[in-house]
Amino acid sequence: MAASELHIALAGNPNCGKTTLFNLITGQNGYVGNWPGVTVEKKEAKLSSDKSVTVTDLPGIYSLSPYSPEEQVSRDYLMSGEPDAVIQVVDATNLERNLYLALQVIETGLPTVVALNMADLLERNGDRIEVEALSRQLGCPVVMISALKNTGIAELFEKVREVAAKKAVTPEHSFDAAIEEVLTRLEGLLPDNVPAHKRRYYAVKLFERDEAATKLLKLPAEQAAEAERVIAQCEADCDDDAESIITSERYGVIAHIVDECLRRAPAKMSTSEKIDRVVTNRWLGLPIFAAIMFGVYWLAISTFGTAGTDFTNDQIFGDGWFFLGQGREAYDEAAGAYSDAQTEIGAFVAVAGEQGIDISAYTEAVDAEDAEAANAAAAAIAAQPAAADIRATAEFEDEDTGEVTTSSVDAAAVIKDAAVAEPDPAEFGPWVPGVPDVVTGWLEAAGASAIVIGLVVDGVVAGVGAVLGFIPQMFVLFVLLSFLEDCGYMARVAFVMDRVFRRFGLSGKSFIPMLVSTGCGIPGVLSTKTIENEKDRRMTVITTTFIPCGAKLPIIALLMGALVNDNEAAWIAPLFYFLGVFAVIVSGIMLKKTKLFAGRPTPFVMELPSYHMPSVRSWALHVWERVSSYIKKAFTIIFASTVVVWFLSNFGVYKGVFGFLPDVTGGLEEFTDYSVLAMVSGALSWIFAPLGFESWQATAMTVNGLVAKENVVATAASILHISGATENDASLWTAFGAMFPTVGAVAAFGAFNLLCAPCFAAMGTIRAQMDSAKWTAIALGYECAFAWVVGLMINQFYLAATGVFSVWTVVAAVFAALILFQLFRPMPKGAFGEDEEPEGARSAA
Amino acid sequence: MKTLGDVAVGGSSTIIKLHGSGALRRHLMDMGLIKGTPFNVVKVAPLGDPIEITVRGYELSIRKEEAAIVEVE
Repeated sequence: MAASELHIALAGNPNCGKTTLFNLITGQNGYVGNWPGVTVEKKEAKLSSDKSVTVTDLPGIYSLSPYSPEEQVSRDYLMSGEPDAVIQVVDATNLERNLYLALQVIETGLPTVVALNMADLLERNGDRIEVEALSRQLGCPVVMISALKNTGIAELFEKVREVAAKKAVTPEHSFDAAIEEVLTRLEGLLPDNVPAHKRRYYAVKLFERDEAATKLLKLPAEQAAEAERVIAQCEADCDDDAESIITSERYGVIAHIVDECLRRAPAKMSTSEKIDRVVTNRWLGLPIFAAIMFGVYWLAISTFGTAGTDFTNDQIFGDGWFFLGQGREAYDEAAGAYSDAQTEIGAFVAVAGEQGIDISAYTEAVDAEDAEAANAAAAAIAAQPAAADIRATAEFEDEDTGEVTTSSVDAAAVIKDAAVAEPDPAEFGPWVPGVPDVVTGWLEAAGASAIVIGLVVDGVVAGVGAVLGFIPQMFVLFVLLSFLEDCGYMARVAFVMDRVFRRFGLSGKSFIPMLVSTGCGIPGVLSTKTIENEKDRRMTVITTTFIPCGAKLPIIALLMGALVNDNEAAWIAPLFYFLGVFAVIVSGIMLKKTKLFAGRPTPFVMELPSYHMPSVRSWALHVWERVSSYIKKAFTIIFASTVVVWFLSNFGVYKGVFGFLPDVTGGLEEFTDYSVLAMVSGALSWIFAPLGFESWQATAMTVNGLVAKENVVATAASILHISGATENDASLWTAFGAMFPTVGAVAAFGAFNLLCAPCFAAMGTIRAQMDSAKWTAIALGYECAFAWVVGLMINQFYLAATGVFSVWTVVAAVFAALILFQLFRPMPKGAFGEDEEPEGARSAA
Repeated sequence: MKTLGDVAVGGSSTIIKLHGSGALRRHLMDMGLIKGTPFNVVKVAPLGDPIEITVRGYELSIRKEEAAIVEVE
C-alpha cells in the first residue's frame, strides 16, 4: 500500500480551518493554479510526512449545488474518480451548518473521514460531541482534531488510510420514509453501469433536477419521463419543490444527529458576540472602522514601515550604514566638518584663481576625484605669498532649514582645512557599505568595462533596489491587514461597507482588495479571489488598481512639489486617494450599465465568522504569500525591464554613430537626449499632446511607469539630468514643472499616470486572475482609456478656464457629457435579463 | 406577506417559505434557511443595510432586498 499513490481531497465550509489544516499537513510547498476553465484557485501539495500522498484543497463551499463555479469544480473533482478518500473538515463549534456539506460529500460514495476541527474551542465553550455516536450516525470515521494546536492529526491519517483501502462506501443516513421510497424508485431507473456506491448520489441529483450532474448519465427518454413523473408526484404530495424537499430532509437528518451527539453547555454570550456588539454597532461601527484603518496606515506608512523603507533606500541601497547605528553620530559630525572644510577650500581657490594664481593642480586633482591630492594642492596655493591677502566668502546651506550662513576664509584657514582628511566611516563603528558601492567595487576589481558597471549599478541595482525599498512598508501593512482578515474583522468591514459599494454595483467584499491595493496592486488583485461572483470579481480587478499603491506615492510627492512647491502639504495627498476612489465609483456605475456587467446585483448572503486569534503560522504564511508576490516581481519583471530601459536610455545615435552614448558623445552630460528611449517616446508623444504633455521626457516617464511606477521619479531625475534627485528635491520639482506648459498639464500628467494600467507585474497578475486574454485586454484598455479621458478633461478644462479654446475643448466636453449621461441614465431595460436567475445559473451553463 | 426584512432588530421569528427561484433561493436554503427554521435579527449595519441574523447557531449577513424572498411568521 505504501508504494502506491494516494489522492486525498480536503473539503469543508469557508472558515472551518481547512486552509490551516492544509498548510499544517503539507508544509505548503505545493502547486497553486486554477481549476480548468474557471478562475477558482486550485491548491495541491504532497503530504509532508509521506510524499506518496497528494492532498488537493477544494474551495471553501457550503454545498454541492450546481450554482457556483466553486461548488461545481468541487463536485466534478469528487466524482472524477481521482480522489481515493475525502477529509471532510467540520467546524465543531458550528456543527449544524457544517454537517450539511458533510452529508452531501458522504453521499458521493467516496470513503470519507470527518475531521472535527477546533476541538479546543469546543472545549472552551464547554460543549461536548459524542464522537462514537456521530461516527455511527454518519456511517464514517470521525476524528477530533485541532489544526491550530496540531492535535489529532496522526489519528486522522490512520483513519484516512483505513477508509481509502475500502475504495467505496455506500452512504447510510436515510431520509423520511416517503422520500426514501421515491429515491429507491429513482435509483431503479438509473442505468446499470452506475456502481452501487454512486447510485444514491445520482438518485438525489435526479430528484433535485440537477441537470449539470445528471446529463452524464445519458438517461433514455423513457426513464427520464418516468423519473419526472415520480418527482412531480412527490412534489405534489409534499406541497413543495424537489430542491426544498431534499434540503429540508438533509437538515432534518442533521437536527436528529445534533440532538443525539451534541451536549451543549448552557448558552452564554460568547466573546465573539461581545466584540461584535461594539465593532459593528449601528453608531460606532463606522468611526471604529475609520480609527482602525487610520491606525493601520499610521503604522505602515507614517512610522515603522517608512522608517524601514527609508533605511533600505538611503542606506542599504544608498551610501551604506552603521550596524545598529553605532558610530553614526560621531561619523556625521566628522563628515559635516569635512564638508564644511571643503566648501571653504572651494571658495578660497575660486577667488585665488580669479586673482591669477595658478590653480590647475587643484582642479586636475578634483576632476580625478583624488581628495588627498586636491587638499595638498589647495594647501600649496594658500601657502603662496600671493595668496596671503585673499579673503573669500564661503556659503553654507543648512540641509534641514535651507538657511544660508557665510564665513570669511583666509589662507591660514585653508591650510588648516586642507589638513582635515575625509572621514572613513569604517573607523567610527561597524560599517556596512551600500550595495551600489560594494557592487561597483567588485566590478572594478574584476576589470569590468564602464558599460557593464553602468548596466549593473545604475540599471539593475538601482531598479531592483527601488522596488525592494517598499518591502518594509508593505510588510507592516500586510501584517496588519492579514491579521484583520484572518481574525474575522474584514467580513465585518464588508458588512459595514456593503451599502456603499452596492450603489455602484459591487458588494462589500470588493472593499478588501481595494484596501490591500493601497499597499500593492498585485496582492490586491490576488485577493479578489474571495469574491464569489465572477462579474463582481472582474469589475473589482479592473477598478482596484485605480487606488494609489505604495509605488505611486513618490509620483504624488513629486506632483505636489511641482504643483504647490511643497510636498508635505497634508491636503494634497488625500486628493489623489480621492481621485482613485472617485475613479472606482464612476467606473463601477458606468461599467455596470454596459452589457458586459449588466445583471442583478450579486446576493450578499455571507457568513460572519466568529472572531478568533489566527495561528501565527497561517498568519505568517498569509503575509509571506503577499510580500513574496511582490518580491518575485522585483527579481523578474522589474529586473528584466530595468535592463531594457537602461539599454534604451544609454544607447542611441549621436552625429550618425550608434553606440554607448557616454562614449560616442564624448562624455556629453545630456546624452539621453540622443537615446533610443528619446526616439521611441518622441514618436509616441502625440498621444499625450491633448493632455498637455507632449515632450518626449514626459512620455518616457509614462512609458517607464508602465514598467513599474517606482521608475517614474527615477526616470525624471535621469532624463532631466539631475542625477540622484528624489521626489523630495526642490530642484527636481522645478525641472519637472518646467516640462509642462501649465499647471493643468501637470495635474493631467499625474492623473494619467495614477489611473492608467498598472505596472507590468500587476498587469501579469490581472492576466492570471482574469484567466482570459479578452478580459485582460478589456481591463487594461479601459484603465488606459479612462485615464486618458480624465487627463484630457483636466487639461482642457483648465485651459478653457484660462481662456484657451481648441477643438480638444469640444472633445473633452463631449467626453464629460457622455460620462454624465452614462452615470445618470437609468439602468438599461432588460439588463437584469428575463430570467430570475442572477449570475450562478449562467456561469453554470 | 411578512418577510425576514420586516422583523425588527432584536426580534425573532420562524421561516414559513422561500419564494423566488434559482441561485439565490438555493443558496439561502444551503445556508440553512428553510421552512420551520427559527432565527433572530441581531442588528442592522450602520448604513441601514444589510442586516445580521443568527440562524442555526451562526451569524449571517443578508441584504434587505434578499431577505424579501423569505416569508416568515
